[in-house]
Amino acid sequence: MATEGTYYVPAQSKWPIIASIGLFLTLLGAGMMMNDMTAGVKDSSAHYVFYAGGLIMAWMLFGWFGNVIQESRAGLYSAQMDRTFRWGMFWFIFSEVMFFAALFGTLFYVRVLAVPWLAGEGEGAMTHEMLWPDFTASWPLMVNPDNDLFVGAADVVDPFHLPLLNTLLLVASSITLTLAHHALRANDRYKIKLWLILTLVLGTAFLFFQVEEYIEAYNELGLTLSAGIYGSTFFLLTGFHGAHVTLGAIMLAVMLVRVYQGHFEADNHFAFEAASWYWHFVDVVWVGLFIFVYLI
Amino acid sequence: MTSVTDTASSLDQEHHHGPAKGLMRWVLTTNHKDIGSMYLWFSFIMFLTGGAMAMIIRAELFQPGLQIVEPAFFNQMTTMHGLIMVFGAVMPAFVGLANWMIPMMIGAPDMAMPRMNNWSFWILPFAAVMLVSTLFMEGGGPNFGWTFYAPLSTDYSPPSTTFFIFAIHMLGVSSIMGAINIIATILNLRAPGMTMMKMPMFVWTWLITAYLLIAVMPVLAGAVTMMLMDIHFGTSFFNAGGGGDPVLFQHIFWFFGHPEVYIMILPSFGIVSAIIPAFARKPLFGYTSMVYATASIAFLSFIVWAHHMFTVGIPLIGELFFMYATMLIAVPTGVKIFNWVTTMFRGSMTFETPMLFSTAFVVLFTIGGFSGLMLSIAPADFQYHDTYFVVAHFHYVLVPGAIFAIFAACYYWLPKWTGYMYDETLAKVHFWMSFIGMNLTFFPMHFVGLAGMPRRIPDYALQFANFNEMSSIGGFMFGTTQLLFLFIVIKCIRGGAKVEAKPWEGAEGLEWNVPSPAPYHTFTTPPDVK
Repeated sequence: MATEGTYYVPAQSKWPIIASIGLFLTLLGAGMMMNDMTAGVKDSSAHYVFYAGGLIMAWMLFGWFGNVIQESRAGLYSAQMDRTFRWGMFWFIFSEVMFFAALFGTLFYVRVLAVPWLAGEGEGAMTHEMLWPDFTASWPLMVNPDNDLFVGAADVVDPFHLPLLNTLLLVASSITLTLAHHALRANDRYKIKLWLILTLVLGTAFLFFQVEEYIEAYNELGLTLSAGIYGSTFFLLTGFHGAHVTLGAIMLAVMLVRVYQGHFEADNHFAFEAASWYWHFVDVVWVGLFIFVYLI
Repeated sequence: MTSVTDTASSLDQEHHHGPAKGLMRWVLTTNHKDIGSMYLWFSFIMFLTGGAMAMIIRAELFQPGLQIVEPAFFNQMTTMHGLIMVFGAVMPAFVGLANWMIPMMIGAPDMAMPRMNNWSFWILPFAAVMLVSTLFMEGGGPNFGWTFYAPLSTDYSPPSTTFFIFAIHMLGVSSIMGAINIIATILNLRAPGMTMMKMPMFVWTWLITAYLLIAVMPVLAGAVTMMLMDIHFGTSFFNAGGGGDPVLFQHIFWFFGHPEVYIMILPSFGIVSAIIPAFARKPLFGYTSMVYATASIAFLSFIVWAHHMFTVGIPLIGELFFMYATMLIAVPTGVKIFNWVTTMFRGSMTFETPMLFSTAFVVLFTIGGFSGLMLSIAPADFQYHDTYFVVAHFHYVLVPGAIFAIFAACYYWLPKWTGYMYDETLAKVHFWMSFIGMNLTFFPMHFVGLAGMPRRIPDYALQFANFNEMSSIGGFMFGTTQLLFLFIVIKCIRGGAKVEAKPWEGAEGLEWNVPSPAPYHTFTTPPDVK
């Protein structure tokens, strides 16, 4: 509710249309690349479209966020504007929660219903009889119903090896980020940088080990995207989580740069808070992943 | 209490409050009224595009046998008609109305995030180009129905499906940002004294719609992403051979899809709740119950999705749960119908065009609601499933539901937007032609559907010929009438009888306090609401 101060309504901006063009080219390029890949086109030039779109998007992000930061530092934003940003970030994260809900829902549906049905349980008795009478259910699913088309994985990812390490890394990074936030509120510039850098190191280490795990999965476990539903859900969930960690790390890196430039005050630093909300969100998603994808 | 409307960089033109000139006004604008107008025009262009496809469908179905188009192209037409009408016509029209009206209704200077508002709009034309361009690609456009069930949309789909998927992603991004903007505007920018329970119903219904959008558009994104991976990266989410399940696709799709149909009707409820009191010259009956009914419908929309899948082979307990949950929706919907009728009861009613469309809405939406209730009965649905009865049902809720409400809103607020009264005579012709055309198109579909005519087929058995001929004549009538609507709107923009701030005697709300046409910036200083 409008209570105090002024509400800032910006004049015209070129960034949204640039963003639309960038998004269009990025997705057009991605689509062309995928179609060319599946059709086996050799000398595809689709990636140029994709890169052009990506560059435009990057330029737009710098410009648009740059604008917002300038306006914020020029004191144009009121407390009411601050609430707008908070609502905006909160509901954006909620939309991300729903995206992951769809992915987790897929995992639960497959594990609890689809695979047992294929093995003849409950409603699936006839399906089992008619299609794959030899199929037996298990999770992780190592032998697929049509194991010639989708060659199952040879082995399971050991949760107490890299995944446990990654859990510790990511949970620790949430703690160090909170310490950075406390330092920011106490206006201890040295400690902000210290804890923020440590958070970034932990996040990057997480991503490094995640890549390592993928390499092991492909090379040693035979766990691939086409290894049936176990591989499909494994890479879907961990892959999109990894992409979100990457995005969160980029946000935190920007915050670090801004800290070095002397931005943020003890009582006014929503950009930092937004980035940390996001980071805690990807951390919570990981805990869910660790339990449901790796552990049980 | 003042509000700044210029950036630091444009302080030199501090007193310039009108719009910029030329094309770039529209491309770069952050003004909610400009963006609202662009949404509405975009939606109308898409409405005509999707409508043209419907005309092709009706032309082919005019007679049994194959006359005009190839079956493969017919499938592309039914698919694209649905997609364009849902994502291109109805949803953007409501967002356009929200953009125009919500800030004025709650006394806000603009939307909460004006630049993001511009982006939400300008994604749409690009997404539409990508979607429509699939028709011209090798192998043709999407041909698997607007519900794009796997494996039709994965194993057996044309290569253009990849671009269809990315178009859906873009539309989703646009919708989510639009919804976040609307929520932030409503929660944060209300004028002092405008408590939640004083908000107009249109604002309430849009607030709830926006929650639905944020909750389900990401789920749709998840569904198309898994499709994309199944097509290009060898996964087996919807392939039983790898341990996945095609039915899983339907669950995810309808978890999005059912709230989606309420996204297309809840704002209509808000529009009708504004118009009926205005022309009955009585306050809305049961405002509080309207709010709670809307919220209940939104909640229930999340737990009824599998009633679209009764025949796919889900466990009996699931059939029963989704049957009863679906029937529950009739209760809050009945509350709404009751309230509208009671608002009219003993009112001093007049029937200007917005009221005609709203009254037709109440009657015809109820018919669509009742056929929905019939479909919710799981054992009966085994007969109705995938027949023209279903087509009749959802066109009865979408055409006289969503579309009529959008027409009603346009006529109701056109004087506020343009400063001129529209041509009442022509508008009434538009209404009656639409009303008769729409009923002539869709009412016979109930009969052919109950008699077993399957949907999405370019040919049919001889005994359905007469009813289909009627449907096609009605369809052409409804379709051509919409060109009259275009004419009426353009005529109204170009001139006519000048109107005062409040052209409707019984209208209520802050939007009628500002002059007509509404100035470029309204409520830069929030009004005090009693």
